[in-house]
Amino acid sequence: MRSPSWIRAAKWAALVLVLAVALLFPAFESDPATVNIAVFTVMYVGLATAWNIMGGYTGYVSLGHAAFFGFGAYAFGLVLAHLGIQAGYEPFLFVPIAGVLTVVLALVIGWIALRTRAATFVIVTIAMMFMVQLLAENLVGLTGGGSGLSFPVPPWTGDFFDTPFYYAMLVMAVVSLLLSWWIRRSKFGLGLLAIRDDEDKALAVGVPAHAYKLTAFVISAGLVGMIGAVYGYYVTYIYPQYAIDPLVGISLVLMVFLGGLGTLWGPVLGAVILEPAQLWLAYNFGASLLYLVFYAAVFLVVILLLPRGIIPSVGDLLKRIAARRAVGPSDTASTSDAHTVAGVPSP
Amino acid sequence: MTLLEVQSLSKRFGGVTAVDGCSLSLDLGSITGLIGPNGSGKTTVFNLITGFLAKDAGDVRFKGQSIAGFGPNRIYGLGIGRTFQLARIFPRLTALENMLVPVRRSGFRALVSRGQWNDERTRAMDMLAAMDIASVAGLLGGSLSYGQRKLLELAAVMMAQPQLVLLDEPAGGVNPALIERIGEHIRELNRQGVTFLLVEHNMPFVMGLCQKIVVLHRGAVLAEGTPADVRGNAAVLDAYLGS
Amino acid sequence: MTLILEAVVFGVLTGGVYALMASGLTLIFGVMRIINVGHGALVILGAYLSFALLRSAHIDPFVSLIITMPAMFALGVVLQLVFIRPLKEDREALSVLVTYALALGIEGLLGFLFSDNLVQLNAWYETASFAVFGFHIAYVYVFGFGLCIAILAGIFLVLYRTTFGSAVRATMLNRTAAQLVGVNVDRVSAIAFGIGVSTAAAGGVIFGMTNAFNPGSHYDLISRLLTIIVLGGLGSLRGAVIAAVGMLIIEDVTAVVISPVWASFAFFLLLVIVLVVRPQGLYGIRVRERI
Repeated sequence: MRSPSWIRAAKWAALVLVLAVALLFPAFESDPATVNIAVFTVMYVGLATAWNIMGGYTGYVSLGHAAFFGFGAYAFGLVLAHLGIQAGYEPFLFVPIAGVLTVVLALVIGWIALRTRAATFVIVTIAMMFMVQLLAENLVGLTGGGSGLSFPVPPWTGDFFDTPFYYAMLVMAVVSLLLSWWIRRSKFGLGLLAIRDDEDKALAVGVPAHAYKLTAFVISAGLVGMIGAVYGYYVTYIYPQYAIDPLVGISLVLMVFLGGLGTLWGPVLGAVILEPAQLWLAYNFGASLLYLVFYAAVFLVVILLLPRGIIPSVGDLLKRIAARRAVGPSDTASTSDAHTVAGVPSP
Repeated sequence: MTLLEVQSLSKRFGGVTAVDGCSLSLDLGSITGLIGPNGSGKTTVFNLITGFLAKDAGDVRFKGQSIAGFGPNRIYGLGIGRTFQLARIFPRLTALENMLVPVRRSGFRALVSRGQWNDERTRAMDMLAAMDIASVAGLLGGSLSYGQRKLLELAAVMMAQPQLVLLDEPAGGVNPALIERIGEHIRELNRQGVTFLLVEHNMPFVMGLCQKIVVLHRGAVLAEGTPADVRGNAAVLDAYLGS
Repeated sequence: MTLILEAVVFGVLTGGVYALMASGLTLIFGVMRIINVGHGALVILGAYLSFALLRSAHIDPFVSLIITMPAMFALGVVLQLVFIRPLKEDREALSVLVTYALALGIEGLLGFLFSDNLVQLNAWYETASFAVFGFHIAYVYVFGFGLCIAILAGIFLVLYRTTFGSAVRATMLNRTAAQLVGVNVDRVSAIAFGIGVSTAAAGGVIFGMTNAFNPGSHYDLISRLLTIIVLGGLGSLRGAVIAAVGMLIIEDVTAVVISPVWASFAFFLLLVIVLVVRPQGLYGIRVRERI
């Protein structure tokens, strides 16, 4: 059942090509504005892929992931401050610590939120996000409250400024993709997909749903937290309402839906399409709140036209074309056979 | 040897007592039928045994150990599988993937890529072949016919080799030829040592397959015995036809 | 002590407004199983509509409801038809995204039309108040509360005393079964959404009279409303009302007893506590899919 070898070879070639472009991009592109767009795009590739591990594979849609993004940024800033790390390349080594701290937060939030199902879960994640935002605003002694938190300012300047951050984000995106790919292929991933299809049935065949859901949630959050940490360092100053921004949380969800929920490359595709578009809209219309109207319009068009996302829709189209080319009329059995003539074996 | 023992199990839903002091026991290697008019609590008993519902009173003991209060996945891990009244499979997974979900792997090994599960794949394909549905292995569960789903559901449940399988209306909703085949599969698995408890409305099927019948009425056991005993029992006829 | 009593009284009065807004939200969920994340924005829209009528035609906010409620009802029906009904697969998750997009669109439009500045619905009797138990209650609060009770009573009457109400309740309990007995669930859904949105208009007026607001206020509002309906049990009107009043009382008392800063936090903390103890909320049912 494996696809023909030339398709597989083509896929590998495409992958290598994309990776090469991504790696060499800054060497060829000197315009810092473009690199800036690339930083944010790659950031969202990582965020969307990480979110998909929970939302796409298990079907539990979290709209509060912005909490982990902001928490990761704050945790990172505070760790750097406490350990007295100087600006430069050294801080990047401490990003995983922000990830670990975010994982701890996710364990707490996840344990509570996963006591609920489907619709309630979505709402609880939103509520949790606002709680984290409130804490960031009000624990002034720790986070600086409304005045914000500062990061060490990197010594590299000018046109080169964005480049190390681009690579840091790229690393995070690649890590997220690798994890997502690995999980998808594993028994753990199969269990997650089973949970998505029918959680009670999954339990009935031995899938430890609660443990699996919590694990996916925590992995997803940890990755998002680390990306948030890099973001904090990049913007050098964070405020509660911008670090923990519901728009960030909803954007990354929309990207996953656009590309294809639950697929491996869907989030990547969605991020690569939407983030530059979003930045362009913000740049041209950001001053007036009309930017939101256009954004909403894009949103609505995407969801109403392509509810399943690009990759599944394209996949379906290809299958239908292939089926039409096959010999004879379409033979895909799908309806109940409860009334087949007696004596004739049915399946 | 008693494999499963249900002791005075009770369950209420608001004002309705669905299960009222139900007691029954299953011997190792037996095929037992659980029958009764609609609303007598049969599926509720199943849900209580398999951990989908919490009991109000009573106990369920499997191999001597109390399993009341355990979650469904833990109960499957102990060796009790079940099918559902309307066959449930995972629609967005292929038939083969459906077979691989129940395969037990614990801890860190769960993260190992399933590309390496050659043994389990082989066993899954063998089982699909035994059920005559090997041809659909690569199709998505959602595109299978209802009969195929029923067979797939049973095959998948058997992947982890449970000792006891609870079948909820295995003959429901399928044509007579398929009912025959399902009966054959159950007999064959029983010969290999699996104990069965079936809920069924199809009397010929149940009477022909089961060694013991338990009749449930209003949540309690009304009668039990061999098919012949139960068929002739006046109280049972009363319960079904109403008095 | 008087302070605490005052906090409780205000909790009840403001709880009424939130109860009204939350009931619309939970009704929408109950009938269509969608989470209308744009409900807060619709409330603010209602507030701005009344604001516009006040500013241009000097219509009293309460009186403006005669115009805004039917208008918002119609808007609700249209929104449901255009944006919600087309969603077939994956309805719950997609509806969240769609309604969020609507919220953003409304926020953007209002920002464009009215700017970001904080405004409030000021009636001429706004500062008039009466004294009780040693503190003052402004009349607007009482009128607003009265209106909430009236509308909520109206909703309960419709739900429990009319044929249409039975159809709505049937759809809420079991959509397929309702269809089987001849209920036009599509029409029920559209009308229910319309009712939900018109209650948002009413809520908007009362909210706008007692709070300063701007287009961005919907975030805070929706987070509270969502928390309330989860606490009360999704789909339960009784739960929404009790949860709203309860949470507002606790929040206001916390503001007085501890500090206003932590009052909002207490709001969400209450949700956490309830979820740990009773995940389905006060009146929700433990959802187990068809077994």
